[in-house]
Amino acid sequence: MKSLIHRQRKPADAFAAVILWVMAMAVSFVFVWIVFSIVAGGLSSISREFLTKPPEFSGRSGGISTVLVSTAVILMICLGAAVPLGIATALFLSEFTGNDEWFGRLVRRSLDVLAGVPSIVFGLFGSVFFCRVLGMGYSLIAGGLTLACMVLPIFIRSAEAGLRAVPEEYRSTAAALGISRRAVIFRLILPAAVPGLISGLILSLGRAAAETAALLYTSGYVDRMPESVFDSGRSLTVHIYDLAMNVPGGNSHAYGSALVLVVLLLIINGAATWIGEHGLRRRLIRS
Amino acid sequence: MKFETYSSSRESCCDREACAPVLSASDLSLFYGRKAAFRGVNLDIHEGCITALVGPSGCGKSSFLQSLNRLTDLIPACRIEGTVTCCGKDIHEPATDLIALRRRVGLIFQKPSPLPFSIRRNLDFPLREHGFTDRGEREAKMESALRDVCLWDEVKERLDSPATSLSGGQQQRLCIARALALEPQVLLLDEPCSALDPISSGAVEDLIADLRNRFTVVVVTHNLAQARRIADDVAFFWVKENAGRLIEHGPAEAIFSDPENELTRAYIAGLRG
Amino acid sequence: MDSSGDRWLLWVLRGSAVIAGGVTLLVILFLVAASVPAFQHLGVVRFFTDASWHPAEYAAEGTFNLWPMLVGSLLVTAGAVLIAAPLGVGAAVFCQYYAPGAVAATYRRAIELLAGIPSVVFGFWGLIVLVPMINQWHPPGQSLLAAVLILSLMILPTIAMISDASMAQLPDEYRFSAEALGLTRWATVRGVMLPAAAPGVLTGLILATGRAIGETLAVLMVCGNIVQIPTSAFEPVRTLTANIALEMAYAAGDHRASLFVTGLILTFIVVALVFIVEKINRRFSSLIP
Repeated sequence: MKSLIHRQRKPADAFAAVILWVMAMAVSFVFVWIVFSIVAGGLSSISREFLTKPPEFSGRSGGISTVLVSTAVILMICLGAAVPLGIATALFLSEFTGNDEWFGRLVRRSLDVLAGVPSIVFGLFGSVFFCRVLGMGYSLIAGGLTLACMVLPIFIRSAEAGLRAVPEEYRSTAAALGISRRAVIFRLILPAAVPGLISGLILSLGRAAAETAALLYTSGYVDRMPESVFDSGRSLTVHIYDLAMNVPGGNSHAYGSALVLVVLLLIINGAATWIGEHGLRRRLIRS
Repeated sequence: MKFETYSSSRESCCDREACAPVLSASDLSLFYGRKAAFRGVNLDIHEGCITALVGPSGCGKSSFLQSLNRLTDLIPACRIEGTVTCCGKDIHEPATDLIALRRRVGLIFQKPSPLPFSIRRNLDFPLREHGFTDRGEREAKMESALRDVCLWDEVKERLDSPATSLSGGQQQRLCIARALALEPQVLLLDEPCSALDPISSGAVEDLIADLRNRFTVVVVTHNLAQARRIADDVAFFWVKENAGRLIEHGPAEAIFSDPENELTRAYIAGLRG
Repeated sequence: MDSSGDRWLLWVLRGSAVIAGGVTLLVILFLVAASVPAFQHLGVVRFFTDASWHPAEYAAEGTFNLWPMLVGSLLVTAGAVLIAAPLGVGAAVFCQYYAPGAVAATYRRAIELLAGIPSVVFGFWGLIVLVPMINQWHPPGQSLLAAVLILSLMILPTIAMISDASMAQLPDEYRFSAEALGLTRWATVRGVMLPAAAPGVLTGLILATGRAIGETLAVLMVCGNIVQIPTSAFEPVRTLTANIALEMAYAAGDHRASLFVTGLILTFIVVALVFIVEKINRRFSSLIP
């Protein structure tokens, strides 16, 4: 406690300020450097053809249209599975369990564990469970469902927070009016929690779109246009990985793909931040 | 068990001997965890009367009120002992239809609690949920309820604006209208004026007085003068041995002019509490 | 009683919660089931005592020493945390107490954006930009150092954002009363604010450690992937995660099972870290204002 009352000499204070400014500038510099190299390297390969043509020669030339389609399909499957299950679970956790009920605690605890599982381990799990046991093989649906398992804890956590942010008075007021739980949930709580649910959804989307390791051994490498969800298809992230590591001369298109991916994630994360800050409260009152 | 919906063809009656009590608590106690909010309360609520629950803060008046339509079910770790009967039926029976009970015994909170909808939808939503499928019928009920609380002329031009845009007093009257639209038999009001400014408070008080004979009203209040102005029956609560107790109850004129209990006498004289 | 519709809804929601909670069980169950052959044919000791990592489909034909890769994972993680911790906590202190409002806001946004860059892009950038630079300095370039640097960039935002949030929660009175005592800004930060925010900062550090040890691709792309215990920062290493990603494609039999054992070890480490965080949060929840 001596430092609390002992007056520090000025030089230490100035020194700390200088160090903090230098560290901040160093981190900012590296950030700008990364962004600059991705943009500078990627811009030259971005064109309309790049986005609309399929890859040729393992991606060295051509475009990334099939990759974009596969990515979109994987993400849609991921959200299609994770969102309904996640909303239902979050509703159960926020509306039907007190904090002290053992079942709710068990579910929450196991979701905490799931949130800690490394993504490559989800890849291992998916390659056994979805690809082999359920017989899906390397396929978009196996990749999407693996990602769904991965984002489930993230989505449930933010959906539950959104539901809990709905004022308790709404629930007691509706109960005092003799309105059924079902009507309270569907007409009052869910609409009021829409901003929280959407920002959770976008957060999960961003996490899923950035993922590579979980997809390597579930959705596979095939860069042709997928004809069904049971075909293998490569996501944008796997495409970048493959071009950088396994395809000599693939760097320029890897840059281009990285730029597309970063811009995509910027839009996704920006939307999540925007919704988080502005909310969609007005929607509710008008409805 | 279903509570049949209340019909309005009833005689005005505030005659304690002639009418069976609408609500009756016998040996009712309520606990939050281990702590008792109130203990051993025996009280009959008479049809068509205004019953005022008075007493200092923390003496269990609000908890008692909420236990009358089982709103206390919403509070985790809350336990009830004793019985409450509504028209002779025990409301804690497993077969009780909670939704019908709460429709029959409405409750107004201390803080105005409009739902985050438009003014119209605040009334429309509960009506629709209670099975009024005809739009015209709902509109008519909404208008008559809003007229009952003297709010119609103030809001008829802006039924689709958010209920939160109303003033505090208007919001509270909206909440009362919302409950009245469901045609309850009993209306429980938990300090309905205490969160309002004096003028709004006066308007809500007049409204409660107007409800006499049309509805059975139970109102929690801190304000003795208000209780004296509007109540037919008064029940006086006090904290004894760490739990709220019902000390004395009876007709208002008797309690205010000649209370039996020393505590009541002192409280009414403004010496305590 | 609630209406029958309400009861029906409750059962649907309860069923969903069972499925969601069951995913964890399923993941662990399949990891364990797929690891069993390795434990049966190899035991536990051989993962640490075998001469090298030259796995084969049958236990008797190969050697299965995971130790160098475990060391690799720990070294990469420790290095990344050592670099990212001062930078991350420094970033939070900088934003909270030193930077002018606009600078702090911009810097926060930059760190959020850094957090949004996917790991494969970090790996790619490391491979194209960082590795050649290290190669010029001290070949071969793909090295422990490269992995540490890339990983520290990736976990820096986690540390910075959680520290920043926990400092933002401290009541202003702390700062006012410290300054009223005539303390300098640095003394206030070091003596009052940092100790008060310590549980939150620690949470950030542990979560970042978990993220680092589980990271696969960014590390794989720059670390060189040679199975050895490095003697300098410029030598290549291979981490447990990279090993799974590299060998899953062709592994079979006991080799494949031992990759699942690796996954099990990683999961165990990260889950243990998550539980430590929970313990800290519970212990200090009364102290954190």
